Amino acid sequence: MSAKNPEYDFKWCPGCGDFGVRRAVEFALADWSQETKTPMSNNVVVAGIGCSGNLVHLLEGEQPFGFHGIHGRSLPIALGVKMARPELNVLTVAGDGDFLSIGMEHIAPQAARNLNITAVIMDNGVYGLTKGQSSPTTELGKVTSSTPFGKMETPVNPLELYLTLGVSFIASGYSVKPRDLAKLITAGMKHPGFAIVHVASPCTTYNDFYDALKGNKAEGRAPTAWEVPADHDAGDRDAAYKLIRKGGVPLGLLYKDTSRTSLDAKIRDIGTKAKPKTVAALMDAYDI
Amino acid sequence: MSARKEIVARFAGEGGQGVVTAAEFLARAAVAVGYHALTFATFPSQILGGPTWTQARISKDPIFSPGDDVDILVAFNDYAYNEHRGEVREGGVILIDPTVTPDAADASHRTIVVPFDELAKKTGEARAANMVMMGALSRLMNTNLNYFKEFVATRFAGREQVIVANHQALDLGFAHMAEEAPIGDLGTPNKPGYKQSFIKGNEAISLGALAAGLDFYIGYPISPATPILIYMERNLIGEGKFAYQASSEIEAINAILGAGFAGKRAMTATSGPGFTLMGEGLGLGWMAEIPCVVVDVQRGGPATGLPTKTEQSDLLTALSPAHGDSKFPVIAPGSVQECYDAGMWAVNWAERYQGPVIVLSEMSLAERAQNIAKPGVTKAHQEQRLVYTGSNGYLRYDAWERSPMPLPGGPGAYVANGSEHDSYGDTTHLPQRHVQMTTRRFSKLKLIEDGTFEQEHASAKVALVSWGGSKGPSWDAYRALRGDGADLAWYYTMFLNPMPPKMLEALLQKDLVIVPELNYQGQFASYLRSMGVNARAITQYTGLPFKVRELTKMIKDTMGAGRTKSQAVKA
Repeated sequence: MSAKNPEYDFKWCPGCGDFGVRRAVEFALADWSQETKTPMSNNVVVAGIGCSGNLVHLLEGEQPFGFHGIHGRSLPIALGVKMARPELNVLTVAGDGDFLSIGMEHIAPQAARNLNITAVIMDNGVYGLTKGQSSPTTELGKVTSSTPFGKMETPVNPLELYLTLGVSFIASGYSVKPRDLAKLITAGMKHPGFAIVHVASPCTTYNDFYDALKGNKAEGRAPTAWEVPADHDAGDRDAAYKLIRKGGVPLGLLYKDTSRTSLDAKIRDIGTKAKPKTVAALMDAYDI
Repeated sequence: MSARKEIVARFAGEGGQGVVTAAEFLARAAVAVGYHALTFATFPSQILGGPTWTQARISKDPIFSPGDDVDILVAFNDYAYNEHRGEVREGGVILIDPTVTPDAADASHRTIVVPFDELAKKTGEARAANMVMMGALSRLMNTNLNYFKEFVATRFAGREQVIVANHQALDLGFAHMAEEAPIGDLGTPNKPGYKQSFIKGNEAISLGALAAGLDFYIGYPISPATPILIYMERNLIGEGKFAYQASSEIEAINAILGAGFAGKRAMTATSGPGFTLMGEGLGLGWMAEIPCVVVDVQRGGPATGLPTKTEQSDLLTALSPAHGDSKFPVIAPGSVQECYDAGMWAVNWAERYQGPVIVLSEMSLAERAQNIAKPGVTKAHQEQRLVYTGSNGYLRYDAWERSPMPLPGGPGAYVANGSEHDSYGDTTHLPQRHVQMTTRRFSKLKLIEDGTFEQEHASAKVALVSWGGSKGPSWDAYRALRGDGADLAWYYTMFLNPMPPKMLEALLQKDLVIVPELNYQGQFASYLRSMGVNARAITQYTGLPFKVRELTKMIKDTMGAGRTKSQAVKA
């Protein structure tokens, strides 16, 4: 909406990786609507707070419903939307600070429930909107505005974390090729369970790692981004661990478990098995 | 003593000894035959064991408070005997288990040993000890033993053996007391002509919300709100319904916002510590204009505080749970009946004004079982949200007042935004927008000024105004004072914000408004003063409700202390 909205005064910095992620989300939503023959209004994008969260205001074209909530809580809001209206397609967008620091407590429960939503995480390894503090994925020793003597904490490996917590669909990508990224997001939407698409999305102001992603032959630096091998069996958890532990930024689907039932399916099952009582009947139980 | 048409019986012992069920059984049986009854309970904060007591107040007339004096104490162990004996009135009766060593020097009470377990065993049903007790109480209260027998026959209908054993136990308990003079006389009950329910506060809130069409519940376990979660998980099921245990209160509040945004009537319940965790989410609900209901069943605080005791100390938090410019609708029920009403009103208010509504209950109501007129349940109790049905391109936040809300799947896609936003929902920092949106959000409170209130003897210049669970003792004290000719008005509402305008108008005309409440600061009095009312609090912070006699004296003293405009602030 906001592209033509004179009141909206937020801008991503030139070259921000989130532009590419936004394009990918636009492609994915359009593809999903077309494939499932559902209106765009059946999509809900729940955003966290940070540079990434502004994606919900910057989407172009036909608009989905949006919910720009509070820092760290995109998953709980998505839980509410999805379980209230399981027929809706729910997508969350959040950054590494939002999702992995303040919001980390919410990943495990959704993984355990296999909540049928797709989370797109824009990882720039820094808090951008508050001007450059260290995040859970900032590398060890890096000097940022909040780590004047270098970061002292070991960075989290998000992909390994997701796998350990039992997330049933894990893909990794980067913001550089929106069409490829869109395919991963659409695959996440189709997955009947909790899907996370973790995206390396460089911050040109505070943590520009475009060069690292691409590598530099002349300087002898290999690219940190690498394609997931075509023969990788995404149903093999151990194989996924091995791939993830190679480090860098894998591009592609790492893990997918379709054997687990999603929470909405389980709740629907209860609804058909149990016999709900009317409120009047519930009241009768207290007759005296 | 025969003039007193009521009895207070207290049961004290270890958790797990049937102490809780005894008071509830007595109250239930009494209501079944046409008396009025109300229970009061306090629990140890542990799973098994620990000192527990409950009491039942039974009367021929409607009752509003737990009762000051204990007429009969049933003590199951020495600790219970020593701890509670002092609260038994002069001439009261103490029934003790044979294991208890009584104080031989106690001349002010009749102490009677009743071998509950031994007599129960004679019936072949060891679990009938409670019924032996009821038989003994029946004799002491001078009530017809057949009342209890009929109740047993109905309750265990179809299980002949159980009925026979329990009837025998009632006879044995009654016979054991044959030589004892009754302690009072309840008189013949007046069974009301209307249908009644015997229900606890937490269940009443749950049912009120369900009657208003609640679709979605999620909550995190916390005393004393957990029974609402348990109730919903068992009963809020079926097509389009959802009830679930959250992983935290933060998850719960944000999930009901998601559900409210998606078009559902959504609720969570918690107590003080969890309510504080919900503060940021409530601010989001206020800002983005999302209907939802949060029940805070208050306990003693702050922090873990007194998790199993009662207190009314979350009022100021409930009015302003979030940071920033906001003031939340608060409904604080004062009886079990009002718990039901509050659940219903809260859901409807949330739908109507499109924002969060707080129900402020408390421990003493949550666990209180009482007879109420059975509420009728019809679709008429469900308000419909104003939903946008036009075409796309709608500006959801354009008006300076409430406007139709688009729902996902329908027309009018927008962004529900916790940042200050423009008419579409996009973030903005323009001063005139913040003015418009702030005005818009506060103006919506005008839509829910239809709460009701009570008033008595409105011409008096001094008024008694209580709130929540202190309503009962305050009403009893008020009637006593009026009986003595005190020139005192009574005002009461459970709608604390927005307060019914006519009630506030009346209070502004009073020389003095006296406010009994269970907290140190006098929170409701300070809230009333913030609106210009000359309010003075009577406070108590023991973790227990007011006793009517003590409260009556405090009110009298406050009235006599003069009508000064200033209030000494303690903290």
